[in-house]
Amino acid sequence: MSAAISIHGAVKAFGDTVVVDGVDLSLPSGSVTVVLGPSGSGKSTLLRAINHLEPLDRGVVTVGGETIGVRLRTGRDGVPRWKELPERHILRQRSRIGFVFQHFNLFPHLTALENVAEGPIAAGVSRAVARDRAAALLERVGLGDRGDTRPRQLSGGQQQRVAIARALALEPSVVLLDEPTSALDPELVGEVLGVIRGLADTGTTLVIVTHEIAFAREVADHVVFLDHGRVVEQGPPAQVLDHPQHTRTRDFLSRVR
Amino acid sequence: MTDTTRAPQREATSVDDAGRTPEPSRASRPETATIDAAGHAALDRPVVPLRHPLRWIAAALVLVMLLNFVETLFTNQQWGWPAVGKWLFSPAVLTGLQLTLTATALSAVISFAGGVVVAIARLSQNPVLSGLAWGYVWLFRSVPLILVLVFLYNLGSLYPTIGIGIPFGPQFQVPTANVLGDLAIGVIGLSLSEIAYASEIVRAGVLAVDHGQHEAAQALGLPRRRQFVRVILPQALRSIVPAFVNQVVGLLKASSLLFYVSLLDLFGVVQNLSSTYPTDIIPLLVVATIWYLVLTSAVSIVQYYVERWTARGSVRALPPTPFQRVRAAVRRGSGRGSGRPGGPDRARQAASAARVVASGPASTIDDRTI
Repeated sequence: MSAAISIHGAVKAFGDTVVVDGVDLSLPSGSVTVVLGPSGSGKSTLLRAINHLEPLDRGVVTVGGETIGVRLRTGRDGVPRWKELPERHILRQRSRIGFVFQHFNLFPHLTALENVAEGPIAAGVSRAVARDRAAALLERVGLGDRGDTRPRQLSGGQQQRVAIARALALEPSVVLLDEPTSALDPELVGEVLGVIRGLADTGTTLVIVTHEIAFAREVADHVVFLDHGRVVEQGPPAQVLDHPQHTRTRDFLSRVR
Repeated sequence: MTDTTRAPQREATSVDDAGRTPEPSRASRPETATIDAAGHAALDRPVVPLRHPLRWIAAALVLVMLLNFVETLFTNQQWGWPAVGKWLFSPAVLTGLQLTLTATALSAVISFAGGVVVAIARLSQNPVLSGLAWGYVWLFRSVPLILVLVFLYNLGSLYPTIGIGIPFGPQFQVPTANVLGDLAIGVIGLSLSEIAYASEIVRAGVLAVDHGQHEAAQALGLPRRRQFVRVILPQALRSIVPAFVNQVVGLLKASSLLFYVSLLDLFGVVQNLSSTYPTDIIPLLVVATIWYLVLTSAVSIVQYYVERWTARGSVRALPPTPFQRVRAAVRRGSGRGSGRPGGPDRARQAASAARVVASGPASTIDDRTI
């Protein structure tokens, strides 16, 4: 199976702080990858680099075989370089990658249905079709009766489910989830994880940054442990979570559990 | 709470004579024993709130002063109320009013649109654009409006013709005086200065929108324009509207400066009339005051409803409008819906009636979800 996402030599620094320090990853199509790591390990930055929300200083990301945000250009000196694409190309590429934020980032002035329909309408889908599709997606995340509700009138768990529906509205092959349950009250985490679990079963490629170790063990095919911007360890959950090879992974897991 | 009380109790049974005996005995005593029989008897009666006699005295004093002033309105013939009545709807005054309205409305619309453009330029990554926008704001915030107006009025002597063309190439020129009528000068002058303020208001509003909203719009792949128009601006409007309306009220009054570029706005008409009818100076000033009050009140009413509209999504349920309050009160008065048995608390009833009206279409959400 071909790689849905591949990351080559990713480097990103904020000022003097190197946040992502040479990451190479290859994630097969339909796989569910959980990225773990202490705070500041660069996992969110890496995730945001995948859809070019955070442009890399070096390195390149491909999704579905297409390089994201950059293209290879040979300069007048005959040296090939990765060059940033025009913004509208990047926006079009992003519309094929779903992104779910830690703090939902729903548009508060739009209803749940309008939130979900916004992406497709902007991409040129007719209003009626977009609304029908949005209604079906809300149904799928268990909020079929909440279409006319504005985000502030929903609980955190419901908001995150709307956000997931919004990310799915453009039928992306890849969905990136940045700590989707970290901002939720403990009793609301389950409903969101349930939706993500359902998503994993449909064969969408998922990359999830999370601290829910039990969930990672249950749903992930692949676990990546990141520290100081580098991949310390990766492999199937049974290996990384239950028999970690590195002391840093062991330390982290003992602290999280 | 339960843990801390239980622990000593359990200990007390084992170490009985360690002085802990009062602990369980106090717990067994009924709480109500701390008030006496009279206190018990008063439990059925409502608590009497504290009186504030000083408030009444202060209010009375202020009212007496106010009434003194109101009395002079009737007794002092210099107010000239018949003359006020004569001038209030006179054609001359109405023409001035119309000019004030036209100049203000045009300038308000132009300055809002221009403010958005200058704010976008100022927020852009392009250093030339943002530098120019900064310079524009700096210039027109520094120069008094009256100076801008008089400058524009004399533009003809500075540039006898204006036009556009390729620098050092072919030019298209027309005489300045032909293009710029007096009203155009007035509106341009007002707008130039208002745009500077409006752009800062819009910029502040855009900056106040959560960064996550920009990111979400980008992650969805919305085109740049749509990100701004559909996601950022509607949310920014919530903080833009109050500040901008404040600005429009200022503009309304600043339009009286148009008098100095020979435009007869409301104030200008009144000034002119008072030199023709010196005995009616006070009544004419009263007329102008009344009209400015009316205009400002109209702007305030518009502001109230625009703010309600921009608040959608940021509050769970909007408070009722004054009209809705009145309607709710009328409905209560007519006795409909007041047949609640055993509900002696009328204030609570009123509040809940108001809430029903307030929630309107949003009332489909039940309390559990909130």
